[in-house]
Amino acid sequence: MDRFVFLTVDGLSRGAVYAAFALALVLIWRAARVVNFAQGAMAVAAAYVAYTVSTATGSYWLGFVVAIVAGLLLGALVDRVVMRHVDHASPLNPVIVALGLVLLIQAVLGMVYGSEFRPAEAPFSRSALTVGGVAVLSPYDLFVFATIGVVVSGLAWMFARTPVGLRMRAAAFAPEVSRLLGVNVGGMLTLGWALASGVGALAAMLVLPTELGLHPHAMDLVFVSAFTAAVVGGLDSPPGAVVGGLVVGLLLSYVSGYAGSDLTPLAVLVLLLAVLLVRPGGLFAPVAARRV
Amino acid sequence: MPPKQQLDDPGGRPVDRRRGSTLLRHLAVVLAAGLLLVAVSYAVEPFRNFQLATVAAYLCATAGLTVLTGLNGQLSLGHGALMATGAYTVALCQTAFADRGMTGGWLLPLSLGAAIVSTVAVGAVVGVAAARLRGPYLAGVTLAVAVVVPALAVTFDGVFNGEQGLSVPVEPPPLSLGAYFPYERWQLWVTGAATLLALLLLANLIRSRYGRTFRAVRDDEVAARLAGIHVARTQVLAFVVSAATAGLGGALLAVLAQSVSPGAFSLTLSLFLLMAVVIGGLGRLTGALWGAVLLVALPDLTHSVTEMLTLSPAVAQRLEGNLPLAIFGLTLIVVMIAAPGGVQGLLSRLGRALLARRPIRRS
Repeated sequence: MDRFVFLTVDGLSRGAVYAAFALALVLIWRAARVVNFAQGAMAVAAAYVAYTVSTATGSYWLGFVVAIVAGLLLGALVDRVVMRHVDHASPLNPVIVALGLVLLIQAVLGMVYGSEFRPAEAPFSRSALTVGGVAVLSPYDLFVFATIGVVVSGLAWMFARTPVGLRMRAAAFAPEVSRLLGVNVGGMLTLGWALASGVGALAAMLVLPTELGLHPHAMDLVFVSAFTAAVVGGLDSPPGAVVGGLVVGLLLSYVSGYAGSDLTPLAVLVLLLAVLLVRPGGLFAPVAARRV
Repeated sequence: MPPKQQLDDPGGRPVDRRRGSTLLRHLAVVLAAGLLLVAVSYAVEPFRNFQLATVAAYLCATAGLTVLTGLNGQLSLGHGALMATGAYTVALCQTAFADRGMTGGWLLPLSLGAAIVSTVAVGAVVGVAAARLRGPYLAGVTLAVAVVVPALAVTFDGVFNGEQGLSVPVEPPPLSLGAYFPYERWQLWVTGAATLLALLLLANLIRSRYGRTFRAVRDDEVAARLAGIHVARTQVLAFVVSAATAGLGGALLAVLAQSVSPGAFSLTLSLFLLMAVVIGGLGRLTGALWGAVLLVALPDLTHSVTEMLTLSPAVAQRLEGNLPLAIFGLTLIVVMIAAPGGVQGLLSRLGRALLARRPIRRS
């Protein structure tokens, strides 16, 4: 039972990060109809910038803020310089370009930082507090939950209640009409990319201390897990991405705790295939979902 | 639904411009290429022979991928994993033969055949799932396959020996070729023969009824269905064919390197293959050839460049591993934005421009 509680909390903590990363994927998918396969690499790049700043100044928090800013800028840059110029007539094209970005970013990181693992420090202790003799929650888990909670509710508030959020939704939903009504559709698209990339960078900062460390390929498996989470929830649904992230996090935690950590990649693949074959639109698919 | 923009379509031109039997024409080309390859294998040094053999092995995989992505419109990021399937099968077969003390020239073709069969089985499973998926969903699933399959080698390290991988015992060239026959030349002959055979079959497939249904499904699924084409079956068939060639390519690579390890079949390899077919020109076998040449030549080129520059060993090592990747990635982005037809598209455009100056009248 102790083990079950521990694995559940650990899974939820990991799942919260997947949820944020999946949310970033959903943001771009809703805005531009592109699944950003370069998101993992972009997030790692932001984390490397944070690493440089942190080691230079000795301050974790400065690095944390810099990572998010770097993520925002990188997202805007990728949209303005690359993605905007891709012919979107075939859905293959943006995917191929994003994969080119993956190769490019990972190679540049490898050239600058080398391909050895760098330690990623955690701002709080990762040893669990015990409640009534049961190890439950570490301060770091609390930090993760709080951060992700703030980000998710902040995004929900922004999209539902602010004029900018309304414009972004309008630009994604009906670009032509929005343009006629004076919405800066291109600007909203760039904002969407920047926000998604910033959230991705934040997720990378939160997940890297719990993994092996900083490495150009560190987010590959996280990306696959987050993509699975987004598909489980349905690529069009932000609440679905959050729930999907938690589901994937729990599943991975149980599999690695009870069956062995080697099997977690296989579990992700099986879950992804099962969801796509049984309920392709995801658990939160709206009626008459797009054909996948 | 408006017609999709085509990446590049060799089938868009009138097909019946060339007369005569397709099979005979392709056979003639393959024979000529084979003779050329034999001549070249005597003319160049052993290391170049080995490089050409590597090009041939990659060409198998890129040709299969270009049929799948360029002609059938299915994107696969999992071809590195399919190559790994073929490579591990050949390793297990060859080891089993060597352990039992079996020798003979027919063992290697048998192992390669087994590699194709096992990859076809895996490809059929992935293909059935892929036939229900489109666009980014398909890319996501095949990406997961590419990440997961190399990890399986570590999970089941009793069979696959973990990160270390397996060695592939390969017999020396037959004695009838002479006692001092260079091993690299023999490698080029074996991989070249296997690749030319695979290309011959693919080229005929592309020109056949099946090739036309592949293209019809890519261009407009609804129209293809109305024309009586079974869309899902066509897609699974394309995936299986593509998987078979990828498996053969992986098996040939394993035979060349005489070892297999999961590190050689990472996600990066899958991205490399995709990059090669896109840069070469999607949907054309000649484009696959350009891509395969690029895969071997570019790392070699960057190696000689980094050797020319005087750098500290650590910096040189970082550059050498990553510079080709950076160039590949950048080229992929630029080609997709500026010249979606790839190298072969540019060449054909050039050729057509030259021909247009000198109009040919057909009677």
